[in-house]
Amino acid sequence: MRDQGEYEWRLIILVSILFATVLGLVGRIVYLGVIKHDFLLDQSNIRSIREVGIPAHRGIITDRNGKVLAISIPVGSIWVNPKLFNATKLQESNLARMLEMPLKSIKQKIDTKLNREFVYLKRSIPMENADKIIALKIPGIFLEKSYKRYYPEAEAIAQIVGFTNIDDRGQEGLELAYDSWLRGIPGKIRVVKDRLGNTITNLGVKAEPREGRNLTLSIDRRIQYLAYNELKNAIVKYQADSGSVVVLAVKTGEVLAMANAPSYNPNNRAGIPLANLRNRAITDLFEPGSTIKVFSIANALNSGKFHPNSVIDTNPGIFKVDGNSIRDDGERNNGVLTVKGVLQKSSNIGVAKMTLALPSDSLLKLLRSVGFGQSTQSGFPGEAVGVLPDNLKWRQFVLATLSFGYSISVTPLQIAVAYAVIAAQGLLRPVTFLKGDKEIPGKQVLSSKVCKQVLNILEEVIDIGTGKNARIPGYRVAGKTGTAKIASPAGGYYKDRYFANFIGIAPASDPQLVILVLIKNPRGLYHGGQVAAPVFANVMNGALRMLSIPLDAVDSI
Amino acid sequence: MVNYNLLSNSNQKTWDKILAKVWQRSHLDFMLLCGILLLGLFGVGILYSASGKSMVLVWHQAANFGVAFIVLFIFAQIPASRYRPLVPWIFGMVLLMLFAVVSVGAVNRGVQRWLNFGLVRFQPSELMKLAMPMMLAWYLCNKTFPLRIKDLFFSCIIIVVPALVIAKQPDLGTAILVMATGGFVLLLAGITWQLIFGVSFLLMTAAPIVWHFMHDYQKMRLFSFWSPENDPFGSGYNIIQSKIAIGSGGWFGKGWLHGSQTYLQFLPVRSTDFIFAVYSEEFGFIGCLLLFAVFAYIIGRSLYIGTHAQDTFSRLLVGSLVLSFFTSFFVNIGMVAGILPVVGVPLPLISYGGSSLITFMASFGIIMSVQTHRKLIGS
Repeated sequence: MRDQGEYEWRLIILVSILFATVLGLVGRIVYLGVIKHDFLLDQSNIRSIREVGIPAHRGIITDRNGKVLAISIPVGSIWVNPKLFNATKLQESNLARMLEMPLKSIKQKIDTKLNREFVYLKRSIPMENADKIIALKIPGIFLEKSYKRYYPEAEAIAQIVGFTNIDDRGQEGLELAYDSWLRGIPGKIRVVKDRLGNTITNLGVKAEPREGRNLTLSIDRRIQYLAYNELKNAIVKYQADSGSVVVLAVKTGEVLAMANAPSYNPNNRAGIPLANLRNRAITDLFEPGSTIKVFSIANALNSGKFHPNSVIDTNPGIFKVDGNSIRDDGERNNGVLTVKGVLQKSSNIGVAKMTLALPSDSLLKLLRSVGFGQSTQSGFPGEAVGVLPDNLKWRQFVLATLSFGYSISVTPLQIAVAYAVIAAQGLLRPVTFLKGDKEIPGKQVLSSKVCKQVLNILEEVIDIGTGKNARIPGYRVAGKTGTAKIASPAGGYYKDRYFANFIGIAPASDPQLVILVLIKNPRGLYHGGQVAAPVFANVMNGALRMLSIPLDAVDSI
Repeated sequence: MVNYNLLSNSNQKTWDKILAKVWQRSHLDFMLLCGILLLGLFGVGILYSASGKSMVLVWHQAANFGVAFIVLFIFAQIPASRYRPLVPWIFGMVLLMLFAVVSVGAVNRGVQRWLNFGLVRFQPSELMKLAMPMMLAWYLCNKTFPLRIKDLFFSCIIIVVPALVIAKQPDLGTAILVMATGGFVLLLAGITWQLIFGVSFLLMTAAPIVWHFMHDYQKMRLFSFWSPENDPFGSGYNIIQSKIAIGSGGWFGKGWLHGSQTYLQFLPVRSTDFIFAVYSEEFGFIGCLLLFAVFAYIIGRSLYIGTHAQDTFSRLLVGSLVLSFFTSFFVNIGMVAGILPVVGVPLPLISYGGSSLITFMASFGIIMSVQTHRKLIGS
């Protein structure tokens, strides 16, 4: 037997050891909880406190009367955390059915990205479908709320409004131009999330979302729709390559309609040709031909050397400049013409002779002053500026061709703007796609007297000249046809390809609207007066009545 | 009023006497019982938070406590002298059961720890935590001091054989506990100090051999103990999360039911092995000190009982049982706090689960029995 003392002595030593080890534990907890407290508390928060975006919707785009052209509708995107995904057979098949995806491809998406924590399964599905999928309560399947852009007018205004990408950023058209205005700034909310990514509590909003601002366009949906339909019908009827229509409000510089064909449906852009995305009325350049003659006449009248009844001899129907021959349309000999007659017959020789009789830079100056060769300031993305020739003093033939619309490249919108200057008695107004409604002062770039004279001549073009098809009952119309050859990329011009072109102003007594119609490469008929003028007449007629513009030729009804 | 007072006075006295008698017959130790019940209360309180306010789990644990208390009560009724002669038989049976588990044991989570007796499943390794100290105490209580080499050799066999079988299950935590408990008994029973240092030295050199026989998951745990940050989403995850839980608790904690590591489910096995991290996050350093104080009180009271035991067998038995309890406590907190490898040892009387609770309550029953079956010396 050993004595009690030895046992107690050993016990004391043992207890001391125990005490020391417990002190070690206490020390460790002090180290973690007191010394490293801040760091570890931070670590704890990092793991649980997250910032989550509050989606902000993009502004609505409307026409001038408040009709919706683009709107954001709430949609859901279904995403998966492959690490947490765990579904029963029934849940899997339900998920595949609701996502309208084969189960195989869902599984593949998950299995090939097992090391990631965020994989989209399907984006932008209708909210009610997304809610149903979330209601399946499959671990690892989550919903992201966002917005999808919807364009009610679809093809009719596609190139003007443009579209956004899946991240709600403007990609084309006015959606792109006014992206920062339209775009909402997502807010931030601080939430506590558990290990599985479920939101447990809401710590409050860190930044309020700023909803996107709405945009009211100058476009009138009714005119736009009419213009697009008339254009589309003409394109189909004449099997043309493409076409554009521009409707400008003379007194405000507003674009009331701008249509292009062929078009596309911005709500479903799968497989559309890229060319259809272009707003041809603004981005495409062409040689305008006869429609430029109006400015050659204006230049002649402006010089004081000519007046509307001055006489120009176009005999014998051929005019040689620097060794090159200039002929009139159809190689006709139009004989002796007045200035008015030159425009009515659209005589190349007539305008060339008048222009060559004037200082060589005067026409160029005038063309520049009404907006050719420069931006219209419309702010539309991808706007083309066009090219004007230079050094014309030494290139008389080029000057001659410029006078009847060649050696110059312009956009359809530029021509419409230039005609609006004539219509506004010499005032150049900036073009806008935004609703203004106020008459803008404008800049006097041509004398009002010359403009009145030109307008009168243009009215006669409709009455007795090439533009008979542009007549509208009840209104006085001024306008000009154009039939320009299409330049070949190989150099020179295609023999049988034309831009059929018509630009008109109405009502002639107090001009309100300028409408341009351009149809590229129509088959069969190709004259601007035959192909483009009827489209103009229909659109102008409809637009004038929609805008309740008073008749100025009651007797013509 | 007067009548009532008279009546109640006399009544109270008789009732007091009856109560004292009943209490004496119950063979429970009041001071120890208070500490145990207090710890039990702590346990269900933390469990309620750790389980995400699951009353089902809390009631289940309360039921476990009820069963364990019955076991404690039964053990408290049996005087040590009664089962002392049976000790070798008990030890032999438990050892047999352990072997049975390893060879034909029911598979539970890929680990063989349970024997299935029809309705009841039991872990023989838990029984070994009781049987081994008993066996050692029985073997050593009438040996001379200091221990002879022969006695020491047999003692080591008594310790190492069950420990190895348990480690084979594999249950490294329990194996270490059983070893440590045996070591404590040897220490108390009187091996020379030279031997203590010699054995420690041997253990250290044996470490590489132990490493060789360890399972991959056990090696992984050791790796992640040394540098949890190397594999923050794999084996190091538990330790990192529990360190964050303890550290973010600070001085006073985040408050009951407000531990974010807990209710956001970042903490692993928070109802069982890592329940201390839950407690520490919610009650902070001060709360930890309080919990330690209760543990210290229970251990202190038990050691007191041990030192006042009337025979060497009881003394050794109580001592080793208390030290087994302490080792569980120390290893659990050490692993949760990241100073010991994660070996899967529950926090005694606090962690959710019945098996280890019943074992510890049984050992407290044995300790109480030692205290309450003392014969008055000199009468």
